[in-house]
Amino acid sequence: MIDIGLGHYLTLGAVIFSIGVIGIFLNRKNIIVILMSIELILLAVNINLVAFSIYLGDLAGQVFTLFILTVAAAEAAIGLAIIVVYFRNSGTIRVEEIDKLKG
Amino acid sequence: MIAHAIFFYTFSVIAVVSAIMVTASKNTVHSVFFLILDFISISCLFIMIGAEFLGMIMLIVYVGAVAVLFLFVVMMLNVAQQKNQWFAGQQSSKHIPVGLIISTLIFVEVIIVIGGWKYKPEIFDINNSIAQTSISNTHSLGQILYTDYIHVFQISGMILLVAMVGAIVLTFRQRSGLKRQSYIKQISRERAEGVEVLEVQSNKGVKIDD
Repeated sequence: MIDIGLGHYLTLGAVIFSIGVIGIFLNRKNIIVILMSIELILLAVNINLVAFSIYLGDLAGQVFTLFILTVAAAEAAIGLAIIVVYFRNSGTIRVEEIDKLKG
Repeated sequence: MIAHAIFFYTFSVIAVVSAIMVTASKNTVHSVFFLILDFISISCLFIMIGAEFLGMIMLIVYVGAVAVLFLFVVMMLNVAQQKNQWFAGQQSSKHIPVGLIISTLIFVEVIIVIGGWKYKPEIFDINNSIAQTSISNTHSLGQILYTDYIHVFQISGMILLVAMVGAIVLTFRQRSGLKRQSYIKQISRERAEGVEVLEVQSNKGVKIDD
C-alpha cells in the first residue's frame, strides 16, 4: 500500500475511465456533460500513458500524451461549436430532446 | 516513500471524487468546476512522478483553455438552470443498468490486465531508455519531439488549424439586413450610376431612391 508503483497509477486510470463511461450513459442533462465525460476518458488514457512512460523509462509515452492533448483540445472546440449551432437552431441541448441528428 | 504515498493518495482521491462529481453534479457549471479540479489534481500527479512538462501543459491547455471554453459555452447557452433529473424520468431509467454493467465490465477488464502486468516482473526489464537523468524532463522531451516526432508534431499543428477553421465555419452566420461598408463597391463607382439628370416638373418634385 505504501510502496506506490505502476499498478496504483493504472488503477487510478481505470477508475477514472469507468467514471467517464458511466457519465456518458447516466447523463440526463445536456450534451456538454457528455463532452466532459469524454475529456475524463482521455484524461484516464493520458494517466496510463504517462505512468507507463515513467516506469518503463521510455519517453514515447509522454510524446503521445502530448498529441492526445492536442486532439482532445481540437475535439472539445469542434464539439462545443456543434453544440452552439444546435442550440441556436433548436433551442435545447437536453439529451432526450435531441432527435434531429439522425445519423 | 511515505510522502510519495501520501501525495498520491491525496491527489488520486481528489481526482476520483471530482470525476464522480462531474457526472453527478446537479448544476452544469459545477460540473465544469469539478472538471477543472480533476485536471489540476491529475497534473499534480504528473509533476509528482516526474513528467513536469506534461503536468504544466495539462494546466495550461486544459485548465487555461479547454475548461474555460466549456465554462464559456455553458454560461452562454444558459443551461445552468436545467436541473438534473436522472433517476427520476421513466424513460431514462433503462439506460442506467446498461451503463453500470458496461462500465463495471470495462473496469474489471482493465483491472485484470493491470494484474497481469503486475505479476509479470520481467516486463520492467524492457528498458529502451531515452530518458537520461542528467537532463530535465522538458529538455529530453524536446530532444525527441523535434527530431524523431517532428512530422507528427507538425501534423498535430495542422489538426489544431483545421479545428480552428472548422469551429469558425460552424458558428459563423451571415446576418441579413446588416449594412456593411464595401470598399470595392465604393471605389468602382462611376458617375453614370451615381448622378442622374432629371427634368423636374413644376409642382411634382422628384422621387428619390425608389
